[in-house]
Amino acid sequence: MNRLSISNLRVSIAEQEIIRGLSLAVPKGEVHAIMGPNGSGKSTLAKVLAGHPDYKVTMGEVLMDGEDILGLAPDERARKGLFLAFQYPSEIPGVTIANFLRAAVQARLPEGEELEATDYYARLYEKMDLLEMDRSFTSRSVNEGFSGGEKKRNEILQLAMLEPKYAVLDETDSGLDIDALKVVANGVNSMRGPNRGILVITHYQRLLDYIVPDHVHVMVQGRIVRSGGKELALELEEKGYEGYDEVKDEVSEPAMV
Amino acid sequence: MTNQTAVLDEVMELESPQEHCGPAILSGPSVAREAELPGWFHDQQRAAWAKFESFPFPNRKDQAWRFSSVEALDLSRYAQPARLTQFERDEILGRSVGLDAVAGRLIFADDQLVRRDPLSETLLKTGVLLMPLERALLEHEDLFRKHFMAQPAALGSAKFAALHEAFVNSGTFIYVPRGVEVELPIEIFHWLHGENAAVFPHTLLIADEFSKVTVIEHFRSAHPERSGFACGVNDLVAGNGAKINYICAQNWNEKALSIQINATTADRDASALSLNVHLGGAYSRFESLSRLTGEGARSDLLAVSVANGTQEFDARTLQDHVSPHTTSDLLYKNALTDRTRNTFGGLIRVEPHAHFTDAYQTVRNLLLSDDAEANSMPGLEILADNVKCSHGATSGQINEDEMFYLLARGIPLPIAKQLLIIGFLNEVVDRLQHPAITDLVRELIEDKFGPR
Repeated sequence: MNRLSISNLRVSIAEQEIIRGLSLAVPKGEVHAIMGPNGSGKSTLAKVLAGHPDYKVTMGEVLMDGEDILGLAPDERARKGLFLAFQYPSEIPGVTIANFLRAAVQARLPEGEELEATDYYARLYEKMDLLEMDRSFTSRSVNEGFSGGEKKRNEILQLAMLEPKYAVLDETDSGLDIDALKVVANGVNSMRGPNRGILVITHYQRLLDYIVPDHVHVMVQGRIVRSGGKELALELEEKGYEGYDEVKDEVSEPAMV
Repeated sequence: MTNQTAVLDEVMELESPQEHCGPAILSGPSVAREAELPGWFHDQQRAAWAKFESFPFPNRKDQAWRFSSVEALDLSRYAQPARLTQFERDEILGRSVGLDAVAGRLIFADDQLVRRDPLSETLLKTGVLLMPLERALLEHEDLFRKHFMAQPAALGSAKFAALHEAFVNSGTFIYVPRGVEVELPIEIFHWLHGENAAVFPHTLLIADEFSKVTVIEHFRSAHPERSGFACGVNDLVAGNGAKINYICAQNWNEKALSIQINATTADRDASALSLNVHLGGAYSRFESLSRLTGEGARSDLLAVSVANGTQEFDARTLQDHVSPHTTSDLLYKNALTDRTRNTFGGLIRVEPHAHFTDAYQTVRNLLLSDDAEANSMPGLEILADNVKCSHGATSGQINEDEMFYLLARGIPLPIAKQLLIIGFLNEVVDRLQHPAITDLVRELIEDKFGPR
């Protein structure tokens, strides 16, 4: 029950199958990493979990704590506790971070209950301090004119404010220099805990030096082809993804965790 | 239903408007009212009425009315409003909530002055004038005559400008003397009250050399369902080096017919910024003439509109560069839902000697429904050299990536939509460097979407 569980998932976009029978389970309290070469379908998986309308699920199921979420609208999934940190967060001109997050937090309150502004700002500032974000950020438009690092920090700020049950971090390390990477990893680590499952999607191992996963999965051509402990990430860093194309053909059934 | 009750209904329908209103406006200004005004103005009004009667009714074949629903301009039902009772005045006063801090305030309902919060002693000593128009007619006749409707209504509504002039009997007169800066905004309310009432709000703002002033006008309806007609004119005059900010918050109910005619003149090194927020009205037309008469003058023309149901907004503008080294920058943004319509017709005219002019015109429409219609007609007429001009009008839908981003944060679709619309409009609203007014304008826009 207490897991985000993906079974035999198949996903297409414009008749092209991108995810081809993927199974994976992320229990609460654990951090899992998916690594894989470009084009392996990692980002597609992230978007499908969040409910992006461009992708068509042709088979399989995704259960969050036992509940099938594939039939839910993106906003319903999010309110039930799923969070996606985007690889390329959208810029929302004219909508300030404060108002945006406020709407997101408000949406999680019971019907008729109004967000208490003082508490909200106190919490917001606390999380911003953790992520070393200047308070002036609150009045800036969401991601507009942000550097790569600022965008990613903003994603983690949202993660921290919304406290989801399950978080999927899509290439959160891209666009980060080493200092920013540490700050972001620090933010993510502060969110680790027994009541939260985290799925980190990355191309490079370096993020996993700072966000140390419990399990590592290798994704190639839309499937998980190998799973292991954190040392698997180091092996991939050393040897790269070469050889996994062949492995793919040997795997008739997707690896189960 | 018997014939008798049918007759009775008819009689009651005929009678009820008469209880609340004076004579129909199409029968001409009433003699009783004219007696209160000086003779020369009386003559001017009579001449204006003759003009109104002689000018042709708008026609869609006329470029100035192209795409406009001219049939909405049937004025036969509108009448001069009746006197308000004390109870009605008190009730309107209680609802006239705007800015917390103002330099002075006038509140009108059905063209009757309901309240006047005068300027501070300090401002009065500097010579700033804030008074009802009918007093300025008597006490400051020279200033009044020099500036009152001095610019011709060149954008199609000459007929309605004449109607306004024929009927105007109240409004606001503001004069800021040389070098005086009025820090807090001056606030004006105009309410439509009676069923089928016709009002003719007028604001005449004269900012003398190197003075500075901000004026906000609220246009509201006392009743959500009563129809009414507002035919307003404002003249904004910025003298050498003066700075004017003018904000129009048009929030009539969705039954109202509204025509607002603006003329702004900016003299040497003056700067005039106007922000027009159009939220109300069944049909709302806004004509804005901005004349840059002195070298170095600048004019910022800003407007936003949000249309629901079957509302129609119709904006016509002219950025008229008369002198060299002048700048004008127009940014209009419109959000259209349901079966609404928006028309924009705008011309940048750079007159023969107005070299080194910078003139920009940008119109953006956000179409939130397949049935919404936006028509934009930008235009350029450049008769000088060394001119930088650009114009562009675009219409588009909500960006799907932006929408998905909001949804992925758990924000429900209607609220996500609202955030994106407000975000779209904020680019315009943020150009106004006045936090209190910006907040007020945002609230008005948010209220348009109803309670969350």
